[in-house]
Amino acid sequence: MPQKIMDHETIRRVIQRMAHEILEKGGVEGLALIGIRTRGVALAERLKKAIKNIEGIEIPFGVLDITLYRDDLTLVGATPLVRQTKIDFDITDKRIVLVDDVFFSGRTTRAALDALIDFGRPAKIELAVLVDRGHRELPIRADFVGKNIPTSKNQKVKVVLGETDGQQDEVVVEDK
Amino acid sequence: MEWKRKHLLGLEELSKQEIQLILETATSFKEVSFRDIKKVPALRGKTVVTLFFEASTRTRVSFELAAKRLSADTLNIAINTSSTSKGETLLDTAKNIEAMNVDAMVVRHGLSGSPFILAQGLNCSVINAGDGCREHPTQALLDMFTLKEKFGHLEGLKIALVGDILHSRVARSNIWGLTKLGAQVTVCGPATLMPRGIEQMGVGVDYDLKRVLKNSDAVIALRLQKERQEAKFLPSLREYSRLFGINQDKLSEGSSNLIVMHPGPTNRGVELSAEVADGKQSVILEQVTNGVAVRMAVLYLVLGTKEEVVI
Repeated sequence: MPQKIMDHETIRRVIQRMAHEILEKGGVEGLALIGIRTRGVALAERLKKAIKNIEGIEIPFGVLDITLYRDDLTLVGATPLVRQTKIDFDITDKRIVLVDDVFFSGRTTRAALDALIDFGRPAKIELAVLVDRGHRELPIRADFVGKNIPTSKNQKVKVVLGETDGQQDEVVVEDK
Repeated sequence: MEWKRKHLLGLEELSKQEIQLILETATSFKEVSFRDIKKVPALRGKTVVTLFFEASTRTRVSFELAAKRLSADTLNIAINTSSTSKGETLLDTAKNIEAMNVDAMVVRHGLSGSPFILAQGLNCSVINAGDGCREHPTQALLDMFTLKEKFGHLEGLKIALVGDILHSRVARSNIWGLTKLGAQVTVCGPATLMPRGIEQMGVGVDYDLKRVLKNSDAVIALRLQKERQEAKFLPSLREYSRLFGINQDKLSEGSSNLIVMHPGPTNRGVELSAEVADGKQSVILEQVTNGVAVRMAVLYLVLGTKEEVVI
């Protein structure tokens, strides 16, 4: 039985709160957002917009595809599609906030950290996620969390966003 | 669309969707070569061997760089330093190299079809880097990638292939690929170097270079393969150059947006005048840059797949 955990309004408020938290923690000095494909990009765009509304400043924004850095490339059947990484600014000495939709094992974040470090040496890297569902497999945790959702391993957290899925925003937990 | 092939032997057997997948993947890989740190870990621990029985600079270096930028280890075998010169057969040489646990073999050989022999006899991936007069798939893929980058699409583009069509594996691969993706291909060259029945590959034939240039969006000049001209196909290089060499004068017959391509190495003053080769309409060096991205995509796809062997 699928369970709706967050709806459109909740997600909107959560993004607002996370934008405030990011600003509260370090201001806008050197701040840049990088979204992890696919849904992290849409969320990073929303955070960027929220920060613009609060501070009136456009902060640099990039897109990261982590496929080539995955640790399971030799395990998956067919080769996963590689999409473009687009970071048009120098990340060296910046405060980078990585944005992803769901935090689960931490392996995506591990890959993203490796990918990011190939582009330069940021002053600091932080992680913002819409949902932290538990079951970390690596010593990595999120700095900004939209919502903690305790799940069992055989459940699935589905994040639906208007930009990527063409439907109204929601977060649903369902059994696999 | 999922990639399911372990080998890349030619474009003849690929579907339109498979070609599109390679081109799309290459788009993502192009950015890697423009980073400060030009390396991603995707093929860490894989070994790629280039086995070249014919001379090459561009293709071999391009494959080697592509493999290195994906973190694979590379090894180059040029035939004059290998045991084939002591009488070993192609398959024996390849099997011995494979016995040292390599994952992919990039092969160039003077005999058409030789990559098929290797693909059937080996367990590792085989990538054709040119076999005789048959195919040179990665060259055609990088040509198509460059065209797509320039024009945004391939469907409906008018592409001319000019020169020694008879001996050109680049022409054959381009004809297979471009026609599958909906481009209109015209071939142009001396009648003695025009294979009989080439129309059956779905291309137009025209012997008037000026008219061809007038009606094209892009022209791919082919290298005159001096090493394959023993049979006296041509009265002289000068006559070839006068009739089928592209100079500024003939180029001005076409649109100023017409782009000029060449797979290299260029015989300056034969297929292209120096003026044209270095001119504004030439994208020859961009082709070379794109070659690395396309070969990264091919290596990534064939080495990544765990599906059944499809030849």
